[in-house]
Amino acid sequence: MVQKATTPRKKKPGRPPKAIATGRNDIPTTEDLTAMYHDMLLIRRFEEKAGQLYGMGQIGGFCHLYIGQEAVVVGLQSASKTGDTVVTSYRDHGHMLACGMDADGVMAELTGREGGYSRGKGGSMHMFSREKKFFGGHGIVGAQVPIGCGLAFSHKYKDEANVCMTYLGDGAVNQGQVYESFNMAALWDLPCLFVIENNQYGMGTAVTRAAAGPALAERGSAYGIPGKQVDGMDVLAVREAGLEALAHCREGKGPFILEMKTYRYRGHSMSDPAKYRTREEVNAMRKQHDPIDQLRELLIMQNVKEEALKAIDSEVKAVVTKATEFAQTSSEPDPSELFTDILLPVSCGTAASTEA
Amino acid sequence: MAVEIRMPALSPTMEEGTLAKWLVAEGDEVRSGDVIAEIETDKATMEVEAADDGRVGTLLVAAGAQNVKVNALIAILLAEGEAAGTTPTAAASTLEASNTPEMLTPAPAVEAIAAEADWTGATANVTVREALRDAMAEEMRRDDNVFVMGEEVAEYQGAYKVTQGLLAEFGPKRVIDTPITEQGFAGLGVGAAFGELRPVIEFMTFNFAMQAIDQIINSAAKTLYMSGGQMGCPIVFRGPNGAASRVAAQHSQCYASWYAHCPGLKVVAPWSAADAKGLLKAAIRDPNPVIFLENEVMYGQSFDIPEDDDWVVPIGKAKIDRVGSDVTIVAFSIMVGRALAAAETLAEQGVSAEVIDLRTIRPLDSDTIIASVRKTSRLVTCEEGFPFAGLGSEIAMQVMEHAFDWLDAPIARVTGEDVPMPYAANLEKLALPQIEDIVATVLATCDGFRGA
Repeated sequence: MVQKATTPRKKKPGRPPKAIATGRNDIPTTEDLTAMYHDMLLIRRFEEKAGQLYGMGQIGGFCHLYIGQEAVVVGLQSASKTGDTVVTSYRDHGHMLACGMDADGVMAELTGREGGYSRGKGGSMHMFSREKKFFGGHGIVGAQVPIGCGLAFSHKYKDEANVCMTYLGDGAVNQGQVYESFNMAALWDLPCLFVIENNQYGMGTAVTRAAAGPALAERGSAYGIPGKQVDGMDVLAVREAGLEALAHCREGKGPFILEMKTYRYRGHSMSDPAKYRTREEVNAMRKQHDPIDQLRELLIMQNVKEEALKAIDSEVKAVVTKATEFAQTSSEPDPSELFTDILLPVSCGTAASTEA
Repeated sequence: MAVEIRMPALSPTMEEGTLAKWLVAEGDEVRSGDVIAEIETDKATMEVEAADDGRVGTLLVAAGAQNVKVNALIAILLAEGEAAGTTPTAAASTLEASNTPEMLTPAPAVEAIAAEADWTGATANVTVREALRDAMAEEMRRDDNVFVMGEEVAEYQGAYKVTQGLLAEFGPKRVIDTPITEQGFAGLGVGAAFGELRPVIEFMTFNFAMQAIDQIINSAAKTLYMSGGQMGCPIVFRGPNGAASRVAAQHSQCYASWYAHCPGLKVVAPWSAADAKGLLKAAIRDPNPVIFLENEVMYGQSFDIPEDDDWVVPIGKAKIDRVGSDVTIVAFSIMVGRALAAAETLAEQGVSAEVIDLRTIRPLDSDTIIASVRKTSRLVTCEEGFPFAGLGSEIAMQVMEHAFDWLDAPIARVTGEDVPMPYAANLEKLALPQIEDIVATVLATCDGFRGA
């Protein structure tokens, strides 16, 4: 049932990616590829800036950066349709940007300002946008997985042809509630795509020291959930796998598991010295498998001009600079905000679900 | 424009560190993300990465320098074409976190809660079980987004038959049997509520909800706040709470004070059938997560209730079930019946007790309790739960804060004993508060201080 992908390997320049070679209808155009390049670069630059601001003491608490994993969320978003929902855990800034959330609002939430998506009350791990179908941003490892099933349940209940993309990490796959979710999702054919972002380490514990059994993609096999391993450093491989998996869920065939083999360049959080792996290992991933460099090479191969790519670089830089300025100048929340948003007001006897 | 590189903080508590070594030299070209230096804290050695593309200008701190303060300028990164020695023009804003203590505005007044309608129409005699079922059925007819989910709620008709007949009327799409998987279906319900449905999640008993309490507290109760008001979670978690009969410690606990402790939840615990129905309808219509604590022993008891399919009892409003002048007895759920029976006995002994049925635990209707205490000057609280940090403790504190000068006697509480529930019939009876315990406690409260 599980289709194995090869371990991430350095692509030979000049070899066309699979999505293009197969001649499918969903071949990404140069514009699609350029857009993906833009989105991945935006996440990279945004996260680098967030790391810098953390170092300057302007971002507090926990801050988990997505650098290295950009291809996963960007590839999947490019395969998704309007109305599809997204939920993830706390390494979430990349997902928000990929969902189209405004960099200003995300950065301002990181600095705890009133211009942030949660008006400064959620922080790095807790941001949401109903408008962009991003449902968090959850801080408890694994807790987002039943929630994702609930969002999928609501798609099905309302006869919407949408899928909930539920992201979890290689650490979360050992939580019991993940299997409770797999069981319910399979039992009720919920349109739920489980995306396991296997970045090789759950905090400081290598996946081989934490997870028994073969591939994480097979973790749904006891429930009859098909799974597939994907090179998560290759945005086109991610996109293609995403199209297949999302079609499966959308057609009412139930959930699907994609195990994305990926890698985070930074520590688990900002205070992680990352002594559990060698610098050589990290450097090898960066040099040979970087998702952005790979796509950049492909774009150049497709005759996209260096100047056009530079223009994207500058545009992304401007977005991040603007977001940073906004995050630094937006006011701290008014003290009265301490007491708001605890309960929604109710007028007993008249409240109907549409008013919620 | 030149960019400042400052000594980074690697943890919220780090104040200074050692710049162990530079991995770049002045004049080197670097790309964003390149490692440029190593710093040491007392915990570990960490890498500093360039946050921008550019050329290394001046290194301002020598390798090996100790006690470099967080945020101190350590190097300058030059943009294309800038000469060495360039310093940043618009110094990057060195934003200081505002540590000025500010006066916090007090919590806004609790929203005014409408009183329930006085009922003068026809009534019917129904059990608490039927009242709860009717509440769900009526709300499901009213709103297609309401669904019921839990273990044995559909084909089995409910472990305690509370959902009897719902599957036949509403079908398997809206009345859903789950696997035995409390954390899973509680979390799924939260996700469905975020997805704008109105789940009613039944726990076979609240003892099993401990498996799901992370989803109830961390996901359902806190997300509205953490999202700055975007993510309402209109969900009801309901089921029997507290001791049943002879099922021992793991199946016999009252969770009222557990859930009442947490902001972001409403907690309801009705006694009568009319309140069970009216409050469950209010809970289903409420845009917030509501913990609805029922009692297995009460399911079969019958009460007169209004014949009205729009009978809604507001959450947050206590009810004075018996008017009295000598002492106030506060109770909720099954203890209301015992408090009323005790009041009857007390009346025969010349003590006039006022009995308040809290009905809602959170938000607590302190106004009704305080007004009563100001009238009677004595207070006895009753609950089946453990005494330590129980509801009685909270009520006593609120009365101290708002009616201390009116008290003629110390507040007393009647609670379950501070032990896991025993199985043996005699021990179980000793562990649970009985009518005689309430009578004795009230008499002690009144006698010892009579005429004071």
